[in-house]
Amino acid sequence: MNTFTAPEIDYVAITPILIVAIAALLSVLTETFLPRSVRRPVQLMLTFISLTGALVVLLINRDIRIITGGGAVAIDGPALVLMGTILVLSLLSAFLVAERSLDSLGDSFAPSAAALPGSVDEREYSARGYFQTEIWTLFLFAVLGMLAFVVANDLLIMFVALEVMSLPLYLMVGMARRRRLLSQEAALKYFVLGAFSSAFFIFGAGLVYGFAGSISLPKIHDALASTAGETLLIVIGMAMLLVGLLFKVGAVPFHQWTPDVYQGAPTPITAFMGATVKVAAFGAMMRLLYVAFSGIQWDWEIILWVVSILSMIIGSLIALTQSDIKRMLAYSAIAQSGFILVGVVAASPSGISAVMFYLIAYGLVTVGTLAVISMVRDSTGEATHLSKWAGLGKKSPVLGAVMAIFMLSLAGIPLTSGFVIKFSVFAAGIASGDTWLVIAAVVASIIAAFFYVRVIVVMFFSPPNENTASVAVPSIFTTITVAATVTATMVLGIIPQPMIDLLTNAGIFIR
Amino acid sequence: MTVMPAEGLFSLMWLLIALPLAGAAILLFTGRRSNAWGPYLGVFTVCASAVLGVLLLIQMMGLPTEERTITQVAYQWVFIGNFSVDLAFQLDQLSMVFILLITIVGSLIHIYSLGYMAHDPDKRKFFGYLNLFVAAMLLLVMANNYLLLYVGWEGVGVASYLLIGFWQYKRSAATAAKKAFIINRVGDVGLSLAIMLMFVTFGSVTFSDVFGSATQASEGTLTAIGLLLLLAAAGKSAQFPLQAWLLDAMEGPTPVSALIHAATMVTAGVYLIARSNVIYNNAEIAAMAVIIVALITIFMGAIIGSAKDDIKKALAGSTMSQIGYMMLAVGLGPIGYVFAIFHLLTHGVFKAGLFLGAGSVMHGMNDNVNMRRYGALRSVMVITFITFMAGYLAIIGIPPFSGFWSKDEIIHAAFERGWFIGGAAVLAAGITGFYMTRMVAMTFFGKKRWETDAHPHESPAVMTIPLIILGLGSTFLGMALLFWGDIEGWLEPVVGYESEPTPLPTSAYIGITLAFVIAGSIIGWITYARREVPIEAPQGNWLTRAARKDLYGDAVNYALVVAPTNYAARALVWFDSRIVDGCVNGSAAIVGGLSGRMRRTQSGFIRSYALSMVGGAVLVLLALVLVRI
Repeated sequence: MNTFTAPEIDYVAITPILIVAIAALLSVLTETFLPRSVRRPVQLMLTFISLTGALVVLLINRDIRIITGGGAVAIDGPALVLMGTILVLSLLSAFLVAERSLDSLGDSFAPSAAALPGSVDEREYSARGYFQTEIWTLFLFAVLGMLAFVVANDLLIMFVALEVMSLPLYLMVGMARRRRLLSQEAALKYFVLGAFSSAFFIFGAGLVYGFAGSISLPKIHDALASTAGETLLIVIGMAMLLVGLLFKVGAVPFHQWTPDVYQGAPTPITAFMGATVKVAAFGAMMRLLYVAFSGIQWDWEIILWVVSILSMIIGSLIALTQSDIKRMLAYSAIAQSGFILVGVVAASPSGISAVMFYLIAYGLVTVGTLAVISMVRDSTGEATHLSKWAGLGKKSPVLGAVMAIFMLSLAGIPLTSGFVIKFSVFAAGIASGDTWLVIAAVVASIIAAFFYVRVIVVMFFSPPNENTASVAVPSIFTTITVAATVTATMVLGIIPQPMIDLLTNAGIFIR
Repeated sequence: MTVMPAEGLFSLMWLLIALPLAGAAILLFTGRRSNAWGPYLGVFTVCASAVLGVLLLIQMMGLPTEERTITQVAYQWVFIGNFSVDLAFQLDQLSMVFILLITIVGSLIHIYSLGYMAHDPDKRKFFGYLNLFVAAMLLLVMANNYLLLYVGWEGVGVASYLLIGFWQYKRSAATAAKKAFIINRVGDVGLSLAIMLMFVTFGSVTFSDVFGSATQASEGTLTAIGLLLLLAAAGKSAQFPLQAWLLDAMEGPTPVSALIHAATMVTAGVYLIARSNVIYNNAEIAAMAVIIVALITIFMGAIIGSAKDDIKKALAGSTMSQIGYMMLAVGLGPIGYVFAIFHLLTHGVFKAGLFLGAGSVMHGMNDNVNMRRYGALRSVMVITFITFMAGYLAIIGIPPFSGFWSKDEIIHAAFERGWFIGGAAVLAAGITGFYMTRMVAMTFFGKKRWETDAHPHESPAVMTIPLIILGLGSTFLGMALLFWGDIEGWLEPVVGYESEPTPLPTSAYIGITLAFVIAGSIIGWITYARREVPIEAPQGNWLTRAARKDLYGDAVNYALVVAPTNYAARALVWFDSRIVDGCVNGSAAIVGGLSGRMRRTQSGFIRSYALSMVGGAVLVLLALVLVRI
């Protein structure tokens, strides 16, 4: 009979994750046992206290570098940075989720997501002024999954984390209060395709296990290093794992869910997932590639080269002709994934810090941009069609200026964070000899600049007309998020050095 | 010359700039809210800088001569490869006198503006811009390298632009601001090219490095740098051929004309050349060019000043002419540098006094600037009249008023170089006597020619007190600096000083100059005080008509620059819209077409999405396998 020895677990090191896990479980209990009237305050407190608490503990833990949990969890410099990024971005998105002043009907979420769209039930729930608070439970579980995703040091933990992150997201996407059919369609598409990509991931994990005899990333590395012969099995397994991850970041050709989901999801959720899923998935991807598969770097570099170029070019090209601002942002997200892949392909310490900087700055801009979008409204809810943004900058100059800063940052114009991050991934790419990839990236950024700047042109240089949307007055929640993100975008653009130093000191993934 | 690090009180020198800069920031960012208290804040910051400046002067006077150059590095500003520039200040005898001129005259003019701008709805903006100007001007004179000097140089240009166009609802003011800015840009190009050339030649742009290795550079390079710096100086100091903007700049509020376009900013060109004395000492052609430009401008300014009926424009012509004297002095080399700065200081004070006096007159005359509608104001505005007379006697150079000492030194130095330059300087002094007497006679003497609704009155104390202080300065500053301050000994370590023998004794030159001045004044008096001044300007001779048109400066600019530029612009527009846009629009159309076609792949069907994922995965795997085989 096998004896089971419990793994050594460094509870201090994983406290941030535990805090969010406990909060998520308490959140389930809240939904079950507390009366409807007190759920919202309790859920808000749970969310904000746990996220802030996790962040504080993370700061205290900043010098911990350890592999624990029987080799299943790796807490290293990049993991700490990525966890911190996820927590900050989640906190900022949580403010958007909590917002209730923008929509005349309340928040952004269906009072009862289970009611059929257009049914009598739905109208009744709405008329009674019901609000749902389950969104917070899902939110916390998704954050938990992401945190676990970036520290996972074996394939099984990674897969479980992937699912813990993804399943709540599928649900949250389908919960929009307005345009519910669109929202539910998006959720269904996301779910089916997501399940499909998870199948690739788990199949790939099986093949890798077949080759290496272990699911632990360092052991896979050792197996690769000690094998002199045929490696086709593990190369195929690695490629399938990559497919699963590339789906999550929306890279071409695994990108097609992105526009539908960005458009259909409630805007706070678009902000949340648009910013954080990229952080989590790229974090996991880098750990997987650098820790486990550095022995077959040549093989995955080829895949990522091609996927990166396709994502940048196709994402930027299709974004040109989009007329819905959320769809345009979705294609922009595809293109941005391509830019980030340039840094991943570089596979160097400077590449790692450049990618992390990119994820931080891009995440902040994404949350900020969608926060602005959630404030631009007409009688039918959010006015996402670009024609309704005509002259908006003249009607409300502050909002116009903030949006302009975000667009300039996405386009990579100097004095915004967008310039610094593009510059650093391109510099890392050139240093690693990927000159042609960087040239393609520069061409793509030129194309991309067009549609970002077009938003500014529409806002400031078109006269307002009767279709121009108005700007809803947000509560303190959205205001905090917008102020924080726009400040960060400017500060990171003007004095990036402290952040660059911090990320350079974070070091590399430990094995 | 040893450079000392800033210690003790000197470590506060950055505050000189920071105070007015903070004032500008507060006033400009708080908007209308600060209209009530803003002007006082603006006055306070500049006065605080002035007090600090005086304290620094006292401190510096206590130091031995060789330790009076003090630098302070705020932080490393630019670092690209081997090239680095610090945000660093240099305080020495030359910048010290400029700091005092800027902050003390600046304070007086700020105080005066409290009264002059009292009823303006945007007065805090005015004070914000004035503060900005003071900060930029101090940066210009305190920089320890040319790049930082350039920042200040552009800063004063911007402030000048904003202030000339302060009443931008007046079309003439808006146009004048633009004109000043554009003509100044021409000069700025010279400065930036000079800086680049210095960097290429010396590998550094700090004063100490450039001057330390200047003698190793070829004379051709130094001449090029010198000529480029002269172009810059001509733009900022309104010297020929970039003089045309200064007369229009009088559209700005009168305190602005006094501070920026008479006392301080327009003298930045003189500072630049005096500061770069090492370069000019080793580049004879460039120094000669300075003298030629100066002589042309002295006469242009004097002739224009003799014909204008607008009191401010007449003063502006005289400013051009007087700065011409300073340029002449710096062009003379070590025999003239210290006197250029000396005249710059006395001129800064008496010209500010004259402008503020003119402003006081305008204040009492419903902002009318036409001297033909003045006359006999001496009894109504006693303080303005007396202080104006002090400035008048100073500018024409009657002993013992301050202008006499400084201008006489320049004329004497000019004679040291040769009789032609000296003779020209004396002749221009005579014209100065003419046009200034004309101005005084038309304004304060003769008969009343007032508009029917004019009720001239003396200005309030907040305006007359600065006038009195400046009037006292016009009277005593020259003697004080020369006999008590030892201006030659003070500046000599920075700019150098030597003297050459002249054929006649000094008193002879003084006598000749005074004779010319008095003759000019008597002609002016006879023409404008003894005879009736017609309200409508008579046609005048050809020179008067030309002078009224600024000696055709605008016409020349138009024919040589504006018209060709317009043609070039039209040709470029054609090229741009046909050829460049053709290429751009063509490629944009191709990209857009591609985009539209690719968009169709987004069918909305989940099955096709899944198919494309499978297709992608299969391609990835196939590629990997094929690569291995």
